[in-house]
Amino acid sequence: MSDERSVRLVVGLEVHVHMKTRTKLFCSCATSFGDPPNTHCCPVCLGMPGVLPVMNREAYRLGVMTAMALGCTINERTKWDRKHYYYPDLPKNYQISQYDRPLGEHGLLEIETPAGRKAVRILRVHLEEDAGKLNHAPGGEECSEVDLNRAGTPLLEIVSEPDITSVEEARAYCTSLRQLVTYLGVSEANMQMGHMRFEPNINLHVAEHGETFATPIVELKNLNSFRAVERSIAFEARRQLAEWDETHRTLKAAGKTTRGYNDDTGETFVQREKEEAHDYRYFPEPDLVVVTPEASWLEELQQTLPELPLAKKDRFVREFGLGEYDAGVLTATIEMARYFEAVAAASGSPKAAANWVTQGLAREMNERGVTAESEADFPVTASHLAELVRAVESGTINKQAGDKVLRAMIDTGRTAGEIIEAEGLAQTSDAGDLDRWIEEALAANPGPAADYRAGKKQALGRIMGHIMKASKGKANPRLVTERLEKKLSE
Amino acid sequence: MSEWLDMTACQMKAAMAAGRTSSRELVAASLARIERLDGRIGAFLSTRGEQALAEAEAIDRRRASGEPLGPLAGVPVAVKDNLCTADGLATTCASRMLENFRAPYSAHVVERIVAADGVIVGKCNLDEFAMGSSTENSSSGPTRNPWSLDCVPGGSSGGSAAAVAARMVPLALGSDTGGSIRQPASHCGIVGLKPTYGRVSRYGLVAFASSLDQIGPMARTAEDAALLLGVIAGHDARDATSVAEAPPDYAAAMDAVDVSRLRIGMPREYFGEGLDAEVDQLVREAIRTFAEAGAEIVEVDLPHAPYAVAAYYLVATAEASSNLARYDGVHYGRRASEHAGLVDMYSRSRAEGFGDEVKRRIMLGTYALSSGYYDAYYLKALKVRRLIKRDFDRALEQVDCLMGPICPTAAFRFGEKTEDPLQMYLSDIYTISANLATIPGLSVPCGRTSAGLPVGLQMLGDVFSEGLLLGAARWLERARGGEGGDALGRPAILDEEGVA
Repeated sequence: MSDERSVRLVVGLEVHVHMKTRTKLFCSCATSFGDPPNTHCCPVCLGMPGVLPVMNREAYRLGVMTAMALGCTINERTKWDRKHYYYPDLPKNYQISQYDRPLGEHGLLEIETPAGRKAVRILRVHLEEDAGKLNHAPGGEECSEVDLNRAGTPLLEIVSEPDITSVEEARAYCTSLRQLVTYLGVSEANMQMGHMRFEPNINLHVAEHGETFATPIVELKNLNSFRAVERSIAFEARRQLAEWDETHRTLKAAGKTTRGYNDDTGETFVQREKEEAHDYRYFPEPDLVVVTPEASWLEELQQTLPELPLAKKDRFVREFGLGEYDAGVLTATIEMARYFEAVAAASGSPKAAANWVTQGLAREMNERGVTAESEADFPVTASHLAELVRAVESGTINKQAGDKVLRAMIDTGRTAGEIIEAEGLAQTSDAGDLDRWIEEALAANPGPAADYRAGKKQALGRIMGHIMKASKGKANPRLVTERLEKKLSE
Repeated sequence: MSEWLDMTACQMKAAMAAGRTSSRELVAASLARIERLDGRIGAFLSTRGEQALAEAEAIDRRRASGEPLGPLAGVPVAVKDNLCTADGLATTCASRMLENFRAPYSAHVVERIVAADGVIVGKCNLDEFAMGSSTENSSSGPTRNPWSLDCVPGGSSGGSAAAVAARMVPLALGSDTGGSIRQPASHCGIVGLKPTYGRVSRYGLVAFASSLDQIGPMARTAEDAALLLGVIAGHDARDATSVAEAPPDYAAAMDAVDVSRLRIGMPREYFGEGLDAEVDQLVREAIRTFAEAGAEIVEVDLPHAPYAVAAYYLVATAEASSNLARYDGVHYGRRASEHAGLVDMYSRSRAEGFGDEVKRRIMLGTYALSSGYYDAYYLKALKVRRLIKRDFDRALEQVDCLMGPICPTAAFRFGEKTEDPLQMYLSDIYTISANLATIPGLSVPCGRTSAGLPVGLQMLGDVFSEGLLLGAARWLERARGGEGGDALGRPAILDEEGVA
């Protein structure tokens, strides 16, 4: 019987995104990473008696922008709630979050998977303050150190519906979300710095004997890499199936549990055997007012939304005739897309620009270990690269020389024009010079010349090679080919 | 000279301006009276003698050199000890939890007083975290009523009320969550005003119930109360619930009140069962004074008034349970010296740090917010709150203001209600509605009982009607043949003090 069954993985993801605001969510302390402990704190984020939170409007704006980009309905009245739990890294012993009126609800995120595009429904998008950090003192001492630099920094929580049905989709969802928030400028989304934290809710729908059973939901806490998301979900899928075979425990019977994930072993482990009846005692935050964004403000914000990654990719394919793969590479980050578009516009040859960016430039950047996180990271400016593209496209230099020029541009910082001039790389189209090189080559390669005349067209390559070498790459290859073919067919 | 302290703040200002006295003299007199009397009254938890004198001298020097001075220049002021002060004094909230807490910031109202050149002489006793109606719930012991040392001064701003009534200072700040300014003002025979919610910034007021708390002035006259209100009212960007509209000129607003054209509502529900006969009589007499001057008196209904206490003790305790969660011994405040691990440290620190009433309210509020009970208690209380607000809106469509008692009885004796918290809660029955409805409420003296205890008349008005209430209160003071406490006479303890 068991081989007749089908098993479907069901995953919903809660993603916390660390926002790129200058100051914290409810006070004017700087949001910072890596500074000495407790150097970015004030009475408000320390939760001292009598102080009050004031909403960071920029955080709200960025949050609404994200919700809009996800196609959410923006709540006309959004409010703040207190979520209570005791922990030393939470100075007030409540977290200011949003409970029943998040800033946005009911959206979609379109993702690309190996099997094609898919829309994952977004349940809600809300803002909340982060907690501080506990550093457990080394040496087994019975004390912990509290660092509250992070306390009160803004987090955007994006919760999906359980629409994700494979490890690949989970990864695609996470990377798409990262791409989206960086496009919007909402977050640096630096994974090493923990700017994104993932909490998948996982279970299986097992169909057997004509019935479908849901296995108990497992929530995995605090994953901070795409790899961890993939591996932990894959592990859970195997583990839950094995557990199902053994116990036949259903979601109804066992409910939801929380598990941790060990990145060294790739395994999940029991964190709380039974879901503790956590009662957060949510209630409306009386120190903050209900936020009612004006329709005109929302409209304006909607209009400032940048073109989103997939729309941009589709446009590159449509407008510039790029292939799917290249369009994907060129829209991977907003910086890359902006750079490419600048080169395309300035060179007047989008397709050639795409080739230079994805191949020549990408190769040089790879070799130098440079990744472009901002415009300044590109080793040559868009207008300089465009000049090179124009030089090649107009036939001033050939492709080979172009590669050389690009290297020289990166190494010396000079422009393509300066290098071509200085190195004498401009192609020669002078008929006299070309004919002289052709004569020499034919004289030196009688065999290939005869082969060509006998119908072996590929023999032309040897002769061309000789000419290019003799001309130090300056011979215009298109003209040489034309004249050489004519000569050989005389 | 202690007779300087018989002057109101406005009189002190005039006397200083005329060169008849100095801020140093006033502040010294204030400190001397605190020194002589406060052992028996217990109004102050801390004083700042040297600093206050130095500030007074600095103001005198500035006055001598012709510099412009603020509206409180040189006047001694006291503040309730749940208002943060960055000047080195502790902010204890009369709690063991915060007995050594020194805030690195000052409350907005404290900054305003300092900016207005007022001289803060000390900080006043209160019920722990402002939870109580008698100032008996103080970790430092109770405050006594200057009119009768066997009686409570009311609460929770009992220390501020007693300090003003005993003429230690002409002005004090209190906070009012359910009557904590008005009820002690009534019991101590002074004027106390709870402004409209949002009129005064709560920044630096240690929160009891955030949606109800409001800071307000306590003084012997309506004019003095208006002076202090004018200093502390106004927008503060640090309090999101502080209103943006600028406050009016309260002196002008008071002058504009024409009692002969006033329509006054008497809420039927405030004159029923449980109201002491003497209080009832004094309050009705005061209202009759207005009628005799041509004011129209009409009976109005506040149909949801009977549910106010129940709704209040759910909303207030729910918010309190949350606001007080931060006192855990981790970052500041009391930490139990002996403990076995984190959770035990939390439990012991809070068990040691909080008094019984605070614990009772934290438990009530925690229960009201608990999963499964939230809808039945907290959410329902919010609905009742909206209905109470609507009652006032409707009543205030018919009349300019409402008048009635502050408290069912005059000041009670120590221990009389401590064994029965419910009885204690019911002493707020006429005051808490104003907090639920966010409207302003004022207490002005209207006489003394046969036992010699003061009784206050409550005035309630629409939001931002402080000027009207203060103007009507000043009219009553004058109609009664004196201003504020003067018509009541002087507490005997002042005469026992002798000529110093």
